[in-house]
Amino acid sequence: MSFVMGLNPKRTTGIKQLWRRACGLVAAVVAVAAISQPAYALIELDITQGNVEPMPIAISPFAGSGVQEDMAGQISEVVAADLQRSGLFRPIDNAAHIQQGMNVGTMPRFGDWRTIGSQALVTGSIAQQPNGQIRAEFRLWDVFAGQQLIGQQFYTSPENWRRLAHIISDAVYQRLTGEKGYFDTRVVFIDESGPKDARRKRLAIMDQDGANVRYLTRGDDLVLTPRFSPVSQEVTYMSYVGGNPQVYLFNIETGQREVLGNFPGMTFAPRFSPDGQKVIMSLQQGSNANLYLMDLRTRRTTRLTNTAAIDTSPSFSPDGRRVVFESDRGGSQQLYVMNANGSGAERISFGPGQYSTPVWSPRGDLIAFTKVHQGRFMIGVIRPDGKGERILTEGYHNEGPAWSPNGRVLTFFRDTMGEQGGPQVWTVDLTGYNEQVVQTPNFASDPAWSPLLD
Amino acid sequence: MSKTQFARGARFAAVVGLCLVAAACAQTRPELNGTNSSVAAGSGQDFVVNVGDRVFFLNNQSSLSAAARGVLDKQARWLEHYKNYSITIEGHADERGTRQYNIALGARRASAVREYLVAKGIDPSRIKTISYGKERPVAVCNAASCWSQNRRAVTVLNGQ
Repeated sequence: MSFVMGLNPKRTTGIKQLWRRACGLVAAVVAVAAISQPAYALIELDITQGNVEPMPIAISPFAGSGVQEDMAGQISEVVAADLQRSGLFRPIDNAAHIQQGMNVGTMPRFGDWRTIGSQALVTGSIAQQPNGQIRAEFRLWDVFAGQQLIGQQFYTSPENWRRLAHIISDAVYQRLTGEKGYFDTRVVFIDESGPKDARRKRLAIMDQDGANVRYLTRGDDLVLTPRFSPVSQEVTYMSYVGGNPQVYLFNIETGQREVLGNFPGMTFAPRFSPDGQKVIMSLQQGSNANLYLMDLRTRRTTRLTNTAAIDTSPSFSPDGRRVVFESDRGGSQQLYVMNANGSGAERISFGPGQYSTPVWSPRGDLIAFTKVHQGRFMIGVIRPDGKGERILTEGYHNEGPAWSPNGRVLTFFRDTMGEQGGPQVWTVDLTGYNEQVVQTPNFASDPAWSPLLD
Repeated sequence: MSKTQFARGARFAAVVGLCLVAAACAQTRPELNGTNSSVAAGSGQDFVVNVGDRVFFLNNQSSLSAAARGVLDKQARWLEHYKNYSITIEGHADERGTRQYNIALGARRASAVREYLVAKGIDPSRIKTISYGKERPVAVCNAASCWSQNRRAVTVLNGQ
C-alpha cells in the first residue's frame, strides 16, 4: 500500500459499496503530510523466524472531536486488538503511556516512548465532517529513529468504523512486517445451535475478529463447507435444500442462491479456482466419489478423476495448475496432488494416520491438512512435494484448516467432547504458536477466509 | 421437541395411518422372529419394532456384517410383502472423522444397503439414498458405545 492510493476525497461511501470493494474507502486515502522527513526505517519485525518475539508497540488512544469521541477510542482499541491477536505485536497498556492526550498532529516526545520500551507508536484523530462522514487520520512512528513511517487519511461513513480500524491495522502490519495484512477480511462459517443430536446449522459471516456476525441462511436446511470466492462476494457451499444435497453458489450482496450444475447424484466439498471462474467439487455415485470441475461461465462440467474410491476435498494451487485432494484409493485417506486436468495424480502423504481436508496456501509453498492418528485430530502443513510435514496443533478434535489471504495464519475448528460439547473457530500462526479462539454467538465450524477486501 | 423431531413424528403418524388401511387388506404377515403382536402388522412401527430399521458398521467400514445382513433380509421380506412403501436409506458416520469424507462414507454405507436390498429382489425404483455424514448423531456421549450407534444406515419408510 503506497501512501497515496488516489485523490478522491469526500466521496460518499455506502456500506454496500464498501462490501463490494474496499476501493470506495481506500480511494479516499490521502497522505498526511509528514511532520518529519521520511528516512530509512530502523525498526522492522523479522517474521521469518520460528518463534517471533512480539514487537512492543504503543497505540495512543485516538483523539475524537465532538460526537466521535467514543468512536475514536474504540477505533484505536480495535487496532490494538488486531495487532495483539496476530501474535507479532505486544501493545503497551495505555495506562503506562507517559505522553497522554495525543492527536494526529501532536509531535511525539520519543524519549517518553522509548522509556516505556515502545518501538513503534500509532497516533490518530477522528473528526466528524459536515456531510455526516468521518475523517480519520493516523500516523505510524518509528520511536528509535524519531521518524514517521506512515501518514494516511480516510473518509467514510461512521458505521464503517470497524473496517477503518482494520485498514489501519493492515497498514501498520504491512509497514512493520513487510507482508500484507489480513485484518480487513471476513470469515464465512457454519453457525451451530441446539442440542448435539438436532443441530441447527446456518451459513454465517463475520469479521475476522468475530465482530459483525450476520446469518445468510435461516437454518431450515442443513448447510456445510462454505468457501469464499477469491475474487467476489460469493460463497460456494453444500446445502440439503429439498432433501437433495447439492453444491450451491450464494451471492452475499444480493442473497441470491443457485444450485451448481445438474448432476446425477450428491455433490459436495466445493472450492473455487484461484481466478474464481470455476468450482471444483465431488460427485457421489454409488459407493464412489469423484472430482468434477464446473466452469461458472459456460456451465460446462469436466470429470477429473475416475476411481472406485472416495476422492474429495479438492483445492487448487494458487497458479491454478495443480489440485491437491484426499482419496482412500490406496486403502486409507491420504493426500494426492494431480494436474488441473486430472492427470498425473501422486500421493504426497506417507506418515502414520489418515490425512484429509487439504488446502493449498495462497503463497503456494505449503498445503495445510487435518491428520487423524490414534484418535487425535491434528492440523498440520506439508510441502507440495510431500516433504517437511509439520504439526501445528493437536488434540481431541481439530479439523478443517483454511488460510488467511496472506498465508500467515490458519483458521480451523476445534470440537469438544460429550453431549454439551461443540465446535469453535480457532486461529493459529503458521509457526504453530499463538492459538486464539474466535468468540462467536453459538458453536461454529468450517471457517473459510475471504480475500483481502481491497 | 425440535422442529425436526416434530416433522419426523408427523411423518411417522402419516405412515401409520396409511398402513392401517393397507393392513386391513393384508391378511398375512411375513415370517418374523420375536414379533411383537401388539403392533399393527404392516405399520411403520411394525417395521421399526419387529423388523429393525437400521444396521451398524465398523469404524471407517461400509461392509455389511452378518448381523446387518440378517436385519436387511428381514427388511427385504417385509418390503416384498408391503409393496406400497418406498424407502429412503439414510447413511451416517460417527463424529470421529472429517466432515467431507464422512459425507461420502455415509453415502457408501447407504449404497451398500441399497445394493443388498436390490439383490434380495426389492425394486430399485422404490429406493432412494441420502447421506448425512456425521451431522445427525443419535447418540451424543463421548464413548465408543455411542460412536458405534452413529455409524449406521437407517431405512426410512416413505409411504407411496
